Amino acid sequence: MGMTIAEKIIAAAAGVESVKPGDIHTVTLDRMMSNDGTTHLTIDMYHQQLDHPAIADSKKLVFIVDHNVPADNPKTAATHKKMRDFAREHQIDFWEGKGVCHQIMMEHYVRPGELIFGADSHTCTYGALGAFGTGVGCTDFLYGMVTGTSWLLVPETVKFNLTGKLRKGVYPRDLMLHIIGQIGANGVNYQVMEFSGEGAKTLSVNDRMVLCNLAVEAGAKSAIFEADEIALSWLKDHGRQPKQVFTSDEDAHYICEYTFNLDDIQPVVARPDFVDDVIPAAQACGTKIDEAFVGSCNNGRIDELRVAARLLKGRQVADTVRFLIVPASNDVYLQALEEGLMETFMEAGAIVMNANCSVCWGSCQGVIGENEVLISTGTRNFKGRAGHPSSKVYLASAATVTASAIKGFIATEDQL
Amino acid sequence: METFKSKVWVLGDDIDTDIIIPTDYLALKTIGDMKKYAFSPLRPELAGQIQPGDVIVAGKNFGCGSSREQAPEIIKALQVRCVIAKSFARIFFRNAINNGLLLIETPDLTEQVEEGQEIEVCVNHCIKCNGKEYPIASLPQNLVDIIQAGGLVQAMRKRNGLEPLE
Repeated sequence: MGMTIAEKIIAAAAGVESVKPGDIHTVTLDRMMSNDGTTHLTIDMYHQQLDHPAIADSKKLVFIVDHNVPADNPKTAATHKKMRDFAREHQIDFWEGKGVCHQIMMEHYVRPGELIFGADSHTCTYGALGAFGTGVGCTDFLYGMVTGTSWLLVPETVKFNLTGKLRKGVYPRDLMLHIIGQIGANGVNYQVMEFSGEGAKTLSVNDRMVLCNLAVEAGAKSAIFEADEIALSWLKDHGRQPKQVFTSDEDAHYICEYTFNLDDIQPVVARPDFVDDVIPAAQACGTKIDEAFVGSCNNGRIDELRVAARLLKGRQVADTVRFLIVPASNDVYLQALEEGLMETFMEAGAIVMNANCSVCWGSCQGVIGENEVLISTGTRNFKGRAGHPSSKVYLASAATVTASAIKGFIATEDQL
Repeated sequence: METFKSKVWVLGDDIDTDIIIPTDYLALKTIGDMKKYAFSPLRPELAGQIQPGDVIVAGKNFGCGSSREQAPEIIKALQVRCVIAKSFARIFFRNAINNGLLLIETPDLTEQVEEGQEIEVCVNHCIKCNGKEYPIASLPQNLVDIIQAGGLVQAMRKRNGLEPLE
């Protein structure tokens, strides 16, 4: 029996010839990432619960402060300080205020063929480069940190065969929300989403990140694309070589297969409070909004900023709306400056923030009040995710979010 | 076979980690400080009503969302005996086991049980409710060992011949 890309990565990490779904293996981790959401808990456990604490290989660890940046109160400042001090003491790569963890990881670390644990659910983003990334909690992170290994149940893989090409005015974000709407918020629970087909070849690495990142919202353990010429060329531009490039065997086993024709996708929104409550954006048009947000590890890259700037050029954000634009990293920020996008944002009345998780994390910047409505390119629209429990979050593409910010109510770009 | 009787609290589908513990309370110093805000976006009074030994019964996809381990820790801190659901989200499942919180998956119970009712749980065997038995699957022994030790760290300590932590 052949193997899928995910199975081959796990087999390599486990040091065995082959694996099959349902097997439990001890794997050696290629890299581990933790952010300020939970690292302070890991550090507390490290000091308080281990009798002889030690780190297996600090070169494999990356700590990133990106959730509450800059610290918004003494409590979060204390968690940052704990993380900063620990990273310095143990020579761990440490990033602070440079961007959202997954963006930093993609720009500087991830390589095809690697198995990466991240103490953040959206670690599945790394599949855009043909790596197996999966989110874990702080206890699993601690175990990996001190042993360099972890146990892994080999997941089933679900194949997503993409055909066609997205039409003008339709974005990868629409595609992924559409897919989640079709398969449900636990549609691929415990499984790996493997994207392939001719449609996949039309997607850039940025686009692939959008798809892989949101896979966890369908319950996936990981998501993955084959590292093809597009991925390898992107990797080369970022000064890295692959660990190993895997392709799925012809006779690899998939638990099931879906086909999505990209030509058929239209702009969509996910309605509050469920990410799989997805409807055509046209049906939500006219809903009044109070705040709009372009950013997050899903949609804060230069592609989305370009879309926002193109729509804002010569227009103004509605008086009744706060429009927050948050680049996913400082590299994205600098690129946007170079292209003059920031000027367009400021002239249109948008609020540009430093690179961080921002509204999507729902704790430091841009939280919304009682009964307020947010339209967001963030990852989640759970009840109370962005502020008051009575507030509402719609999820949409950067184009729909920007058009809505201009109109003051949910609108698509063709209505401008 | 471990058996216990418990009072039931019933929740719906897709109880996400932001409902279990909203982001805003994660910066509080201890799990004890956080636990009174458990489930607050949905039912602010619930955390104060749950009694030690009670169980939570929910629908599909319990624990979806964030990898925040505070979610199962808080449920454990409320001394919830176990969470029974149609299905659990992956990261939450792993985090719950690692913290010694028993999870039971069963497809049919949720609609048959009413809040406040008492049910009997026979671990790895069945749940008895309204005179009916709902079978439950056995957890793999390595996961049972972790839960019984009180979590992954405690299991590691036990394996290494160290005293359990308080």
